[in-house]
Amino acid sequence: MDLAVVVIIQIVYSVALLVLISSGLAIVFGMMRVINLAHGEFMMVGGYATIVSVNAGLNVYFAMLVVAPLVVGILGLIVERLVIRHLYGRLVDTMLATWGLSLLLIGLATLIFGNTTTGISPPIEGFPIGDYQVNGYNLFLIVMTVLIVGAVYAVLSGTRLGLIARGTMQRSDMADALGYNPDKVYMVTFFAGSALTGLAGGLLSPLVGIVPTAGAQFIAKAFITVISGGASVIAGLLSSATLFGLVSQAFTFLVDSMVGEIALLVAAVVLLRLLPQGITGRFFKGGL
Amino acid sequence: MVGGEFRKTLAVIVVAFVAMLIGPSLIDSYTLTVLIIYGMLALSLGLIWGYGGILCFGQAVFFGLGAYSYAIAATNIGESTVPFLLGIAIPFAFAFLLGAMMFYGRLSDVYLGVITLVVTLIFYKFVNSTAGPEYVIGNARLGGFNGIPGFQTLNVPGDPGAYIYDIDFYYFCGVALLVVYALVRWLLASPFGRVAVAIRENEQRVELMGYDVRFRKTVLFAVGGAIAGLSGTLFASWAEIVTPGMFSLAQSAEIIIWCIVGGLGTLVGPVVGAMALAYLKFLLGQQSLVDTTLVFGLILVLSVLFLPRGVVPTLGLLGRKRRGGGSSRRRAGRGRSGRGRRAMQEDAAKEGADV
Repeated sequence: MDLAVVVIIQIVYSVALLVLISSGLAIVFGMMRVINLAHGEFMMVGGYATIVSVNAGLNVYFAMLVVAPLVVGILGLIVERLVIRHLYGRLVDTMLATWGLSLLLIGLATLIFGNTTTGISPPIEGFPIGDYQVNGYNLFLIVMTVLIVGAVYAVLSGTRLGLIARGTMQRSDMADALGYNPDKVYMVTFFAGSALTGLAGGLLSPLVGIVPTAGAQFIAKAFITVISGGASVIAGLLSSATLFGLVSQAFTFLVDSMVGEIALLVAAVVLLRLLPQGITGRFFKGGL
Repeated sequence: MVGGEFRKTLAVIVVAFVAMLIGPSLIDSYTLTVLIIYGMLALSLGLIWGYGGILCFGQAVFFGLGAYSYAIAATNIGESTVPFLLGIAIPFAFAFLLGAMMFYGRLSDVYLGVITLVVTLIFYKFVNSTAGPEYVIGNARLGGFNGIPGFQTLNVPGDPGAYIYDIDFYYFCGVALLVVYALVRWLLASPFGRVAVAIRENEQRVELMGYDVRFRKTVLFAVGGAIAGLSGTLFASWAEIVTPGMFSLAQSAEIIIWCIVGGLGTLVGPVVGAMALAYLKFLLGQQSLVDTTLVFGLILVLSVLFLPRGVVPTLGLLGRKRRGGGSSRRRAGRGRSGRGRRAMQEDAAKEGADV
């Protein structure tokens, strides 16, 4: 019984983790058809922002929830203005330019922080369930992920801002004619996506040691999750994260974590072969 | 037209041959050898991306597969002829299977990118985890993150004692690159190559004309895999060790940067790009003031923004302009903006309605 609870928590946690690391990328890709390959490095920057502000004496929650998104959001704003703005509609070129950007950020971080691992300890203690120890911070991450997805859904479907954003993504010329500057909408959307990425980086910083190359471990998973999800932002993200989280945890539980990782990747290949437009290209079509 | 191309190819080969002879007096031949090997690796992606419109994020897979096939076979056999051939054949076969899986599934550009990227990761993770003694093929331990050292390097066929090394190996690699270049040129001039370029420009139209697009793309992809495998084989002989790093994303990224900077839609461009950038990396590695990754990132961003055609085509364009006229033909044959980008915009427009 205790084991079952622990395993369920573990599965939910791995799904939540995938959602958390992919959400920023999903917004930017789903809304703007831009794949930001510097996504992992944005998370790395968020992590560093958190660690630096905690070391400077700020409250850890403030650092994670406010400083990290703000720093990365502003970084995203700069990047959008300088690079991505010129490449809208050229998917492959954007991928290449942001890949260059990711190398650039790794280089900069190495220059500033050196090639060493830094980290902070999780602010929440673990607690036992029967004979097993459960990491309290993992539960916090699950709650945060639920809140983030809820917030994104609420903003996109319930507010005027979300309506304008969705409208611009569908018909930018029409939005322009109605008086909403698409350039500005893209800018704000990219800012929001980057801020979300920074938030994810901040939230994960107590769990993983941050090195300048830390982004690499996230980008592939985020990229796979978002592309496999397909066109719909939230439905796609949730469905592919659930599928991959289940597959990887099942194999991790049955064999070991190495096999779990590989199973996730193989599942992605099979899925894309069967559903080349991603999950929401076939199911939940037209959802948000 | 064909005669002109033949003459141009011949000119490139003669110039390259002379450069190969002069090279060792300028740069240490050990370094030059690896530049040539990287040049060949870039050529493989330049062929399938620049001429076939297939953006492969995992060209490093075939590079590493060639190297590992060679190393494992050479450890077991102790003579290099069969391993050398295996180092080409295995990546060819794997690329054929992977390509068939993707192209018969009619995967479009981004999804192609994801799958090749994922396959790279699978290999990287798997090979990295094979450090234990239970991972053995014949006498060869896979060695995990330590790689496989101490295998038989390239020797004169039939005589395991007569190693081809140092300056001889340099000439061997140089001639191999020239032979590959000539063969690829021949392939592109053949009806197969013409149709491949046509597929890049407009896949649907070619399909409606009755060509089997899926099969042709698969074959082209496999040929690219074989060339990358050959360069991996040579790399294994050069480095005398193979490591999982050959499968890494960083390696794949570098190949793409070489092609972008050198220029897509040409064959000389990627080769020159690879050699120049690999040498730059070598020079940067000797100092500690600027981080190498930073410089490469900057180069990639700037070249995508300001030199979308790459260095070699831009130079060719400038030269032609100075001589006056003739640039319109060039524009018609533009490589990477061809099918990929336009189709992608259409896809984006179509899918945009579903969001």
